[in-house]
Amino acid sequence: MSETVAVIDYGMGNLHSVASALQHVGAGRVLVTHDADQIRAADRVVFPGVGAIRDCMAEIRRLRCDELLQLALIEQRKPVLAICVGMQALLSRSEENGGVDCLDIVPGTVRHFGQPLVDAGGQRLKVPHMGWNEVRQVGQHPLWQGIPDASRFYFVHSYYVTAADRSLLAGAVDYGVSADAALARNNLFAVQFHPEKSHTAGLQLLRNFLAWSPPC
Amino acid sequence: MGLAKRIIPCLDVDNGRVVKGVNFVGIRDAGDPVEIARRYNEQGADEITFLDITASHEGRDTTVHTVEQIAEQVFIPLTVGGGIRSVEDIRTMLNAGADKVSINTAAIHNPELVQQASERFGAQCIVVAIDAKRVADVDGAPRWEIFTHGGRKPTGIDAVAWAVKMADLGAGEILLTSMDRDGTRNGFELGVTRAITDAVDIPVIASGGVGNLDHLVAGILEGGADAVLAASIFHFGEYTVPEAKAYMAARGIEVRT
Repeated sequence: MSETVAVIDYGMGNLHSVASALQHVGAGRVLVTHDADQIRAADRVVFPGVGAIRDCMAEIRRLRCDELLQLALIEQRKPVLAICVGMQALLSRSEENGGVDCLDIVPGTVRHFGQPLVDAGGQRLKVPHMGWNEVRQVGQHPLWQGIPDASRFYFVHSYYVTAADRSLLAGAVDYGVSADAALARNNLFAVQFHPEKSHTAGLQLLRNFLAWSPPC
Repeated sequence: MGLAKRIIPCLDVDNGRVVKGVNFVGIRDAGDPVEIARRYNEQGADEITFLDITASHEGRDTTVHTVEQIAEQVFIPLTVGGGIRSVEDIRTMLNAGADKVSINTAAIHNPELVQQASERFGAQCIVVAIDAKRVADVDGAPRWEIFTHGGRKPTGIDAVAWAVKMADLGAGEILLTSMDRDGTRNGFELGVTRAITDAVDIPVIASGGVGNLDHLVAGILEGGADAVLAASIFHFGEYTVPEAKAYMAARGIEVRT
């Protein structure tokens, strides 16, 4: 239990909730940081994000968090959990702010929900997609352990992810379109929802992340 | 199945204490917002709104501390409103652990604040609170205006047009309170709720006047609200959050259980 989790802080929004939720589910030590040495030395990495993608990407690059993330993912092969805009930043490109190039770690796009958005019954849907929606789990993954399929998680976003490689899909959510709610690849798990704000199911996912040993 | 309609208990807090009084069944009035927020979290509330009515400047530090404590223990979204006047105030509350910040009077004096805040922090955390009151009809059509100072001071601003403007400036959500109904327990003012939910593409929270569970149902089914906010029906232990959800679910409303 003396493990260290680094929550990458690139100055966008409040990371207090992510850190306290991790602490609540038994993380040994949680560091909210953009310090290269601390992130390099951490056992696990959380890559969160809120706000607009252009500012996020600018800060990620300025603070060289992109390099640290690549290091953790590819060379060190540490468990990495990306959350919300952290997930979106992994894709190739986002439509937000007139179009912004992202990290291209996971090929694919981030698109606006669009208006008018309607559900299968023709009911108008509001954007942002804000609130508790059901996540359909796709396949088995250690991070879904103990979480019933179709559990509700808290979402708040206006742009949604579609990974090019559909075999990466670990969870989907319906909101006018079918959006990627969770993606999994080797030691990476990325979620569009906020586990730190998703009460029981979200805390279980964070607990699972702390216990996760992805195959090398 | 899709997005659940949300139930949001609201805490009115003055100098670190819940002022409307809270009396859960079998539990004495605690008055401690952290305790109360934790209990609503356990009951399955979908979010919590914390309305700071502290008048003194010194009291604001207490508020920040209380928000920090709630955020450490409550793992559902927390909205903080009351006395937010600047980008700096918003930053302070978000850093303390609020997920969203609700702007009311300051948006009227300075609409650009909504735009600046949305660009800086993202639309998802900027809620604009609208206190609306019915005024004389225009050509036989009902009209609602924005009032400040607890519903005493008219502004002349049309509530529906204002909601549209706020959404255009980057608000992520509208918290709509009917000042005609607030505290009456006669139910939401459904006319203004429907007019605003139809006019904007962002989610709308209905507030003001809930006295029973049928009012919550009407807010969603007739008013078209995406979320319903209530204080006293939960505080005084008349209904629990699970009872409210079961009641709504039985009437075909999708809720998170």
